Amino acid sequence: MATNLVGLLLVAGIIYGIKLMSSPKTAVQGNFLGAVCMAGAIILTLVSNRILTVPLLWIGIAIGSLIGYILALKVKMIEMPQMVALLNGLGGGGSAIVSWMVLLAGIQTTGVFERFTAALGLAIGAVTLSGSLIAAAKLHRLIKQKPTVLKNHNSYIFITSVVSVLLIILLTSGSRHNILFSLLLAVMTLLFGVIFTIRVGGADMPVTISLLNSLSGVAGSLSGLAISNALLVTAGSVVGASGLILTQIMCKAMNRKLVNVLTGKGIQQAPKQTGSTEGQESAADQETKEEEDLSEIIARAKKVVIVPGYGMALAQAQSKVKQLADLLEEQGKEVKFAIHPVAGRMPGHMNVLLAEVNVDYEKLYEMQDINPEFIETDVVFVIGANDVVNPAANTAEGTPIYGMPILKVAEAKHVVIMNMDTKPGYAGVDNPLYKSPKVKLLLGDANDSLREIIQLVS
Amino acid sequence: MSNSLLVLLFLIAAAIGYKVISEVPSLLHTPLMSGTNAISGVTILGAVVATAAAKAIGSQILGLLAIIFAMINVVGGFVVTHKMLMMFKKKS
Repeated sequence: MATNLVGLLLVAGIIYGIKLMSSPKTAVQGNFLGAVCMAGAIILTLVSNRILTVPLLWIGIAIGSLIGYILALKVKMIEMPQMVALLNGLGGGGSAIVSWMVLLAGIQTTGVFERFTAALGLAIGAVTLSGSLIAAAKLHRLIKQKPTVLKNHNSYIFITSVVSVLLIILLTSGSRHNILFSLLLAVMTLLFGVIFTIRVGGADMPVTISLLNSLSGVAGSLSGLAISNALLVTAGSVVGASGLILTQIMCKAMNRKLVNVLTGKGIQQAPKQTGSTEGQESAADQETKEEEDLSEIIARAKKVVIVPGYGMALAQAQSKVKQLADLLEEQGKEVKFAIHPVAGRMPGHMNVLLAEVNVDYEKLYEMQDINPEFIETDVVFVIGANDVVNPAANTAEGTPIYGMPILKVAEAKHVVIMNMDTKPGYAGVDNPLYKSPKVKLLLGDANDSLREIIQLVS
Repeated sequence: MSNSLLVLLFLIAAAIGYKVISEVPSLLHTPLMSGTNAISGVTILGAVVATAAAKAIGSQILGLLAIIFAMINVVGGFVVTHKMLMMFKKKS
């Protein structure tokens, strides 16, 4: 009873910690509270199960903590999406193993409920592990970010899932071949995780990562059900809900259904683009035409909005962006940042990068708040963003971005776009902005383009 | 604890979690994700119990692996989140 009461307090602490994370002012304490409660939960579990003195456990805890600490210290901000994916995968792997151990213990010691939740926990944990590792490898560019579509991709997904379901039923019913079947289940679900994640492309990563985040919580919760650990059940469930919300938010921000994102639907149907060189030429024309005007346009501007995208992250141009923003502010201009919910590779990616270079978070505006302001904005700087500002989202029916809410930069008086090239973004849809007369294109590395602008301004 | 009570806990926690998390602004979505990610390492609790109970050497090795995975998740997750959140603090 006392154990349950303390456990309940710890869960309440973890949830309160998450609540504190809803404001930048209290978030650090919230995270700290979460960590303390987690430590408390580990000690409570060790004490209440009378296993405080088992050396093997402490060896594992020491090794894991050390590796985790070193990884966390060494990681750069730019590598954060893959780091989160990797850690998430390991958590899922841990839950998979715990569930597996329940299954391996055999049918004498387990009931139907334990076997069912353990089999499900193993399956979801293994999908989380392999899926997260593939996602991390994609984000780290160890494998290509474009969706990899195998021949008969859907049939592989179908086969692995049907076999997995059958194995879960067999394991639940208490087959004597529990070792073989659970091993097979692990292999099948690991494969499923790989097949399902390699088809997801780079720009859909925010959705995938949020979903995997949710799954790791669900896997933990299931393994908790299998071993009747209430703390594990509740904490895992909270994480599952959290990931689910983020997944929903990301899908909504792209106006795509989760199923379509996961099955890569829409992306392959995008019209093949051939006319990108044409766009480049006209851009080059414009450049010479408007070169002299640009410094004047910026000098006259009172209200400036900066739109960062994944290109800024890739070029690591965030400190240059901050430099530009500071410079413009010193000249008495109002500078705001417009953050599209799916800009980057994970939820809130741009916010973290800008925070890294000390951009005040009060200057970061969400889409719905900044969109009405574009019409009175003098100059918009778009840095490495394409799909999220592409007006074709409103008109190009049948393309993956059709219906996606965008940042309405086209409503501003002038737009300066600093992108690598005029190739269509991830969605494969040409951006009509590039041909608009009020748009000035600066192609190439965002750092170089920003340097150019900074020179013009100062 | 009875199984139905556990399932009930699962549902209640999910509902509370849903409520609390939907109030987090998109500004903090990355730290939120990495913070809840650290919490998903809570499977460490299951790992220590299962490992301590394991008799066969094979199971013990599996258990050790689970503990290591989960602890990397927990410690890495909280430290990374802390690192990120410190950047959101206003520097005066």
